[in-house]
Amino acid sequence: MMLLETTRLSKSFGGLRAVDDVNIAVAAGSITGIIGPNGAGKTTFFNLISRALPATSGKIVFDGHDVTGLQAHQVARRGLARTFQSTTLFADATAIENVLIGYRQRTSAGLFDAMVRSARLAREEREAEDAAHAALASADLDAAATRVARNLTQEQQKRLAIAVALVAKPKLLLLDEPFAGINVNQTRGLMAFIESIAAAGLTILLIEHQMQAVMQLCRRITVLDYGKKIADGTPDEIRRDPAVLDAYLGGHA
Amino acid sequence: MRGALARYGPVMARAGAALLPLIVPNEYYLQILTQAYVFAISTSGLNVIVGLAGQLSLAHAGFFGIGAYAVALLATKAGVAFWIGLPAGIAICMAAGHVVGSICLRSKGHYFAIFTLAVALIIHLVIQKWESLTHGHVGVIGIPGPGPLGPVTFDSGISRSYLALFFLALTVAAVSRIVRSPIGRTLMAVRESEALASAVGVDVMAAKRMAFTLSAAIAGLAGGLFAGFIGFLGPESANVEMTFNTLLYVMVGGVGSLTGPIAGTFIVYGLSQVLAVLQQYQMVIFGVALVLLILFMPTGLAGVWRSSVGSVVQPAGSSGRRPVRRSPGGGGSLGQGGR
Repeated sequence: MMLLETTRLSKSFGGLRAVDDVNIAVAAGSITGIIGPNGAGKTTFFNLISRALPATSGKIVFDGHDVTGLQAHQVARRGLARTFQSTTLFADATAIENVLIGYRQRTSAGLFDAMVRSARLAREEREAEDAAHAALASADLDAAATRVARNLTQEQQKRLAIAVALVAKPKLLLLDEPFAGINVNQTRGLMAFIESIAAAGLTILLIEHQMQAVMQLCRRITVLDYGKKIADGTPDEIRRDPAVLDAYLGGHA
Repeated sequence: MRGALARYGPVMARAGAALLPLIVPNEYYLQILTQAYVFAISTSGLNVIVGLAGQLSLAHAGFFGIGAYAVALLATKAGVAFWIGLPAGIAICMAAGHVVGSICLRSKGHYFAIFTLAVALIIHLVIQKWESLTHGHVGVIGIPGPGPLGPVTFDSGISRSYLALFFLALTVAAVSRIVRSPIGRTLMAVRESEALASAVGVDVMAAKRMAFTLSAAIAGLAGGLFAGFIGFLGPESANVEMTFNTLLYVMVGGVGSLTGPIAGTFIVYGLSQVLAVLQQYQMVIFGVALVLLILFMPTGLAGVWRSSVGSVVQPAGSSGRRPVRRSPGGGGSLGQGGR
């Protein structure tokens, strides 16, 4: 079963086709990679899927529903979570507060509940804190729960961003360059974390430049170049694909 | 010493606020004190949208004016008692805030500020020019004050002062509960990163609109009290200067802090009364003071308090009057205190 399908998805910025007629199908339970040279439109593609940017044309079907017209928070509530390329967190809040905000979509207490301190609010807060602690534990961040996000190490921040995305139990997780800016050992640790999330049944779509990590993690890989999909297949097929070699290494003689 | 200051400072400030009406020397000062309480309510309201939600609204005095004129006109034209007019004024402000917010909040940053400034000007102009309703420049006179509630009357200066203080305490308590709830956390998320907030499922527009509406409602409460206490009302109660004064109170006190803006109101409003002899030239002093403040004290009095009373840690992004010690298992700063 396909969890995510895009059909001729496109985004133009003025005359530039940043994403150009891209079809992609992500099977439930898989780890899929998106690679491509700088400026290939990978992050724009993520922004389209997560509805952070409106698409110019094309269609996005997520979990059996057409989500092309929804707003970002609406697709998020349907179970599509993401992280950002430049690790984005609520920098001045503590780790646990960050994760608690990730859980907010699951709760319904409003202004009135807050003013009268309703029983519903108290119940939801307990529920949220349990979920938040569990998410932090899964990211190996229990000890950092009360530390302010901006004071965490780069690698801890990456784990925290994933924990924030995971706490509401999404179906699909989009990771934008999860291994950028961390060393080899940390990459290994983070890869194990991502694999453990996938093993728990979550579908993952990730953008990455570190080829070794992509080839090792992903069962399928899609290659974008100048906004177009130029290849799609298993890591072995991608490695041998002439169009991919061409895009990465420059034209043949 | 510092610990004692941190612990007892807020308590003493509250006790001081409660005793002030008893110790001011005469009716004139009592009235100024009462006005300071009323303006502090309005300042708390502005702090909700500016400090908590991070949206620089310049329409605040417009809602203050709507609340004030609602109470004044309902009383003088329709004979509606103050105690009915006040909630009615708040309801009108909430409705207006919801509509204005729905439109203005589509713009962001500076554009939002300019948009709301235009709204404030429009509200002021409507009040000024709609003479058949508002009497224009002449204003509304003979607005009846708050009538007795059971055995309690509000005819004396002291009783009105305590009434204003009661509403100020109520406002601060309500805002404080919101800050410490998931709602406060959601507003913090919107303030820090709209992109991330919406990516984790927060309806950013709804959150901002809620803050804007609440802020308008609090401005309406302050406006209604203002009209009832002063007894007469002119269009200048809704002018843009009023917004900027309120913004000055927030900034002096510390944007996003719960009690800072209250202290800011007392200091700046008090100072403006002392400097009243200078008339409009006092703005020369306030202008310079504001520039210095932004350069050297961008977090306002609350920031200075936090950094000088060093034993308690208060994160830059949070805003609570209760100091939060960061200890393992103690939770965070927003809504986590009760674990």
